[in-house]
Amino acid sequence: MADATVEAALTRVAREESGRVLALLARRFGDVDLADESVQDALVEAARVWPVQGVPANPPGWLLTVAKHKAIDRLRRAASAQRRTMAAARDMAVEDVAFEDGAGGDEMIDDEQPMADDRLRLVLLCCHPALDRDAQVALTLRMVGGLTTPEIASAFLVPEATLAQRIVRAKRKIRDAGIPLSIPTDLDGRVDAVLAVLYLIFNEGYLTRSDRDVVVRVDLVDEAVRLTASLAELLPDHAEVDGLLALEMFHRSRLSTRTDALGDLVLLEQQDRTRWDLESIGRANAVLHRAMRRMQPGPYQLQAIIAGHHANARTAGDTDWSAIAGLYRQLVAVTPSPVVRLNHAVAVAMADGPHAGLAMLDDLEARGGLDGLERYHLLHATRAELLLRAGRPDDAKRAFALARATAVAPAEQRHLDRRLAALD
Amino acid sequence: MEYMILINSDENYESPAPGTPEFEAMMAPWMAFNQRLIDGGHWIAGASLQPTMTATTVHKRGDAGHTVTDGPYAESKEQMGGFYLVRAADLDEAIELALALPMAAASIEVRPVAFRPDAA
Repeated sequence: MADATVEAALTRVAREESGRVLALLARRFGDVDLADESVQDALVEAARVWPVQGVPANPPGWLLTVAKHKAIDRLRRAASAQRRTMAAARDMAVEDVAFEDGAGGDEMIDDEQPMADDRLRLVLLCCHPALDRDAQVALTLRMVGGLTTPEIASAFLVPEATLAQRIVRAKRKIRDAGIPLSIPTDLDGRVDAVLAVLYLIFNEGYLTRSDRDVVVRVDLVDEAVRLTASLAELLPDHAEVDGLLALEMFHRSRLSTRTDALGDLVLLEQQDRTRWDLESIGRANAVLHRAMRRMQPGPYQLQAIIAGHHANARTAGDTDWSAIAGLYRQLVAVTPSPVVRLNHAVAVAMADGPHAGLAMLDDLEARGGLDGLERYHLLHATRAELLLRAGRPDDAKRAFALARATAVAPAEQRHLDRRLAALD
Repeated sequence: MEYMILINSDENYESPAPGTPEFEAMMAPWMAFNQRLIDGGHWIAGASLQPTMTATTVHKRGDAGHTVTDGPYAESKEQMGGFYLVRAADLDEAIELALALPMAAASIEVRPVAFRPDAA
């Protein structure tokens, strides 16, 4: 029982506090790598000491103090290795004083405004465009989200050594290329990059969940929602952050009905809506409402409104498909990707019948609007479903076979096998 | 920090002849950009290069000796046409300077300087 309490306290301080501590140390020392390593050292120390001595009264204060000393230890070791012990010791003394002066222990928690800026700088740094997308994801989860390297590696199904190397390389680029911890003048553009990273983390958790044979300790869906909610606190004037948060919460509310007991996909219209998380839908509605009051439309809000139409429809038949088709038309105007166009055609088919959807797909294909989707099973599966509804089972069968040939995920392959079998 | 800004662009365009008003019009924004670098304390060095048809590549191959060949190191649509060596607070400032180059289309590589023997 006591072990479980300590374990929970360790996880909580890692997830909820270590990012704050790291952000503060990164600014104080002007060295992100040092801050990251020191926080990791402190977490290791907590895992060693807390089960014996008990959880301290103020875990974040404990973490800050220990991480700070770990950082100073690391600097001292580095300094003596470079035979600059004397000069370094003098600097350390100054650094120590600066730390005790107002930012030690409990006081950091009261220091909310500068802390918020530190946390924003840190997340912007992790998602800096000079880093590649994989590195942005890994750094965000580790430095902002407080996940360990093994946790991130297992969540993304990559070898731990690969992920560790990715983080080392990214931190080296931050240091050597001089990527700053700062709040840029072009904040909107940089926030877009952060949102893309958070949505990617969310989708990784959302889309791959059904394929897992192993129990994963880290739930990327929950981590993405938590990180997005915390970004929304830091950027209360950015409607798109709330847009993404609402979108994630709508999707999460029906996560448990997305697959059946065998891990197979269940289509939206066949899902058991009584098992959708109504409380989560209510919260998502409120967040979306808050976003839309700011009158700054954007692609995440549009997608959230669409997800909200589905989440708030009591039965599949209640879905307002013509409203959704209109929203997709707006979304195509902002983000004209082939996948968005495909979804638009689906909505049009639902609103105006399969012939309208098929005509739209043919037209898009003729104009190159779906280029790049030839190897995407959903294009063929969508066409197959529409052909079936249009009373053309032979054409549908051919399209299902194409979809089956391009599907990668086992759950999707099983689903398409069943559709094909039903046509025999 | 110090950064090398390497400017790669399509070199197949007709440049106006020096001395013409068109040439002056083309150069004016570059002069302004150079002045901005000087006034902001960013300037270390910069140069515009002759087109790659003037380039010669020297390959040294260890014990296998060396060859001297006509042309640039790599043939591609965009070629390095010039560079700036600048002083900037951090990568964001260096990127800002790169974006301020008076060019509509170019691929600009920004790299920190590791070591410069003539640095102060």
